[in-house]
Amino acid sequence: MAEAIAFYTLSILILGLGVAVITTPRTVHSVVFLVLNFLCVAVLYVVLRAEFLAVIQILVYAGGIVVLYLFVVMLVNLKRQPEEHQDPRRLAKIGLGLSGAMLVELAAIVVYSYSREPSSVTAPSPAFPVQGNVEQLGWLLYTDYLIPFEVASVLLLVAMVGAIILARREL
Amino acid sequence: MLDTFIIPLLKIVVLLNAILISVTFMVLMERKVIAWAQSRLGPMRVGPYGVLQAIVDPIKLILKEDITPVKADKMLFSLAPILSLVPALVAFAVVPFGGDELFYVADINVGLLFFLSVTSIGVYGIILAGWASNSKYPLLASLRASAQLISYEIAVTMTLVSLILTAGTLSMVGIVEAQLTDGVWYGFVQPVAFVLVLIGGLAETNRVPFDLPEAETELTGGFHTEYSGMRFSLFFLAEYANIIVISAVTAILFFGGWLRPFPNVEALAFLDLIPGWIWLFSKIFLFLYLFMWIRATLPRYRYDQLMRIGWKLLIPIALANIVVTGIVKVLV
Repeated sequence: MAEAIAFYTLSILILGLGVAVITTPRTVHSVVFLVLNFLCVAVLYVVLRAEFLAVIQILVYAGGIVVLYLFVVMLVNLKRQPEEHQDPRRLAKIGLGLSGAMLVELAAIVVYSYSREPSSVTAPSPAFPVQGNVEQLGWLLYTDYLIPFEVASVLLLVAMVGAIILARREL
Repeated sequence: MLDTFIIPLLKIVVLLNAILISVTFMVLMERKVIAWAQSRLGPMRVGPYGVLQAIVDPIKLILKEDITPVKADKMLFSLAPILSLVPALVAFAVVPFGGDELFYVADINVGLLFFLSVTSIGVYGIILAGWASNSKYPLLASLRASAQLISYEIAVTMTLVSLILTAGTLSMVGIVEAQLTDGVWYGFVQPVAFVLVLIGGLAETNRVPFDLPEAETELTGGFHTEYSGMRFSLFFLAEYANIIVISAVTAILFFGGWLRPFPNVEALAFLDLIPGWIWLFSKIFLFLYLFMWIRATLPRYRYDQLMRIGWKLLIPIALANIVVTGIVKVLV
């Protein structure tokens, strides 16, 4: 019961803040709403008993990436609203198409997951030799998901090298 | 009901009041320490040896006129001091002042990461304060501050990885208990990490020699130039609360928290007569004094030096420390 109340309150907050991010005319304000949105998502993770994910969500997204967003937005200092010089009707058509595709996708996920057998929806939890949220996550990352984990880290490394090359023309 | 709501709430009330009162006296202590370092007396007029200055200063700040600049962004201008104070206070939730459940608000299994992530939110207060003031110098200061805080946050987080490797747990209570079972304070196992965390702590709290965001000779006062009255004092509350929490966390991670010196030597068992929280408080007090001593002693770094120390010195050393710790951990 308490979890349901927490879930719906947080969902309303997350969705409301998400709407605020895209409707606020001032860019810095929408970045602030984005931070609050990420914090609410982190609380949702705590409700789902994923403490490590929640803390990493705050540390990486709210504390790291969005600070850089804010940094860029402040440096660029957008005086004019970008919407002023664009045809709103054209944007509305694209937006309608994209949100329609998104809706179909979400509906497909819901229909697919409900159509399967309930036993196969929840995977049997593997036997862990370790206790605790962080320990189990680390165990899985370094055993069953070792290759995806390494691929992801190489991908990040490549992205970092690319960013450095773009930023510095002469090396 | 009693265990889930009332007792934690009482602990939070006691903790918050203790922090705020100690912050006001810390300002007095800082003024006194710096005065003695410079062969002065410091505040002497209010009360005996100026002790009551700590009570008079907050009253003055509350009574001062609160000015909002006309061209400031109203919403963010009032939000910024709150955003900078709240994370500093929330970080105390995972600081254990003793081994018993009575002495901490929460012992969560990701305690150390929680501390890092909450303190990383505090940077928004500084950035938004500078931007919302709609004034040149605060904006420059907040750009400096955000670059500085992000750089040193990376260094501190990477350094703490090697400490986590040594302790084998992320829980703050667990780290102190690991020091008890290992029979040694981790400051002696990880001296490099201790020095890096101390430097990073100075930088993250914008203290001398890393106080470029408030360099008054260049920026007329830094990111809070346009703030006055109570809002101005909220920034100072946040800064001093951050110093206390960083001192507390350093004492817990590297100097055994509430453990007495030589916790595994039976011959010194009479030291247990002094309760654990007094040991922790005296360790915190030593670190607070160290912060003030450094402020009275060192000049300010230049901005390019600051960035070079962060990226080219601290982060490579932190990475090397992780590798060495990992190798030793595997071999031993």
